[in-house]
Amino acid sequence: MAVEATRVVGEAVAHEFSNIVLAHRPQIFRFLLASTRDADLAETLTQECFLKAHRNWDGFRGESSAMTWLMRIAINLEKDHWRNRRLAFWRHARTNSVDLDDASDWLPSGERSVEQQLIAREKVAQVWEVVAKLSGRQRTVFLLRYVEDLDLADIARATGLSEGTVKAHLSRALSKVRAELRGD
Amino acid sequence: MNFRRVSQDEPQMDESLKQTLKDYRSSVHAWSDDVYSRPHLPVKIYKTSWRVAAGLALGCALAVASVAGGLYERHHMNEQAKIAAVEAARQQKIDVEQRNASEDLFAKIDSDVSREVPSAMEPLAKMMVEDSTE
Repeated sequence: MAVEATRVVGEAVAHEFSNIVLAHRPQIFRFLLASTRDADLAETLTQECFLKAHRNWDGFRGESSAMTWLMRIAINLEKDHWRNRRLAFWRHARTNSVDLDDASDWLPSGERSVEQQLIAREKVAQVWEVVAKLSGRQRTVFLLRYVEDLDLADIARATGLSEGTVKAHLSRALSKVRAELRGD
Repeated sequence: MNFRRVSQDEPQMDESLKQTLKDYRSSVHAWSDDVYSRPHLPVKIYKTSWRVAAGLALGCALAVASVAGGLYERHHMNEQAKIAAVEAARQQKIDVEQRNASEDLFAKIDSDVSREVPSAMEPLAKMMVEDSTE
C-alpha cells in the first residue's frame, strides 16, 4: 500500500516536472542563446539547467515562479561557465558566436518599406553589438527585461540582486544602447 | 511598446528606442525559435557517434590487420627457415654419402692395383716363388 502510494506520488512529480520542462525550456534556451550567442553552448547549459533543476526539484518551495527559479539556475550556470573557462570561452565565442549581421537577419519584415527594414536591421545589429560589450550583470538584466519581458521584481529574484541594483544596471545598459544608436 | 508589466520606475524611452528594442526582441525570438526547432543536438550526437564508431572500427581493423600481417610474416619466415634447415641437412647428408662413396672407390682401386703385378716383374716374382719351394 505504502509502496503503491510512493509510486503514484513519484509519477505525479515526474509528470509535473516534465510539464515544467515543456513549458519553460524554449525560454531558458533563448535567454542562454542571446547571452552566449553560441547555440551549442546554450544547448549544453540548458540541459545542465534542467538536470540541476530535476535534482533539486524537491527543494523548490514555490516562493517564486518556476520560471524565475529556473532562470536563476541558468544565470548561475552561465556565470560558473564564464568563471571556470574564461579564456576558453572567449576563444570559443570569438570563433563560434553568431555573426551580428546574420542575427539581425531574423528581423520580421512587417509592413515596413525596404528602406525602413534596412534601417531597422542596422539598428538591431547595433543593439547586438552593444549587448555583446555590456558587463555580465548588465547584459543579464537587459536581456531579462527587454527580451524575456520579466518585470523588475522577477529580475531581482532571478539574479539575486535588489530591485534598486537591477534598476541601476538596466539604466546603464539602456544608456549605452541609446548612445550607440545616436552614434555617440 | 509591447513589453508587459512595465514598471513606473523604468527609464523613459522615446518611440524610436522602443521600436528598436522591440525589433531586437523579435530578432532574438525568431533566431532562437529557428535554432530550437532544428534537430540540432541529437543529429550532432548521432553524427559524432557514427563517426567515432566508424573511426574505432577502422582503427580496430587496421590494428588487427597489422598484427595478423606481422604474425603471418613471422610464421612465413619460420617456415622458410625450417625448409632451409631441412634442405641444408639433406645436402650435407648427400655430400657425406658422396664423399664416402669416393673414398671407397679409391680404396678399391688401390687394392686392385696393389694385387696386380706388372708383366715386366713377372720372371722375378716367379724366381722368388721357386726359391721358397726349394
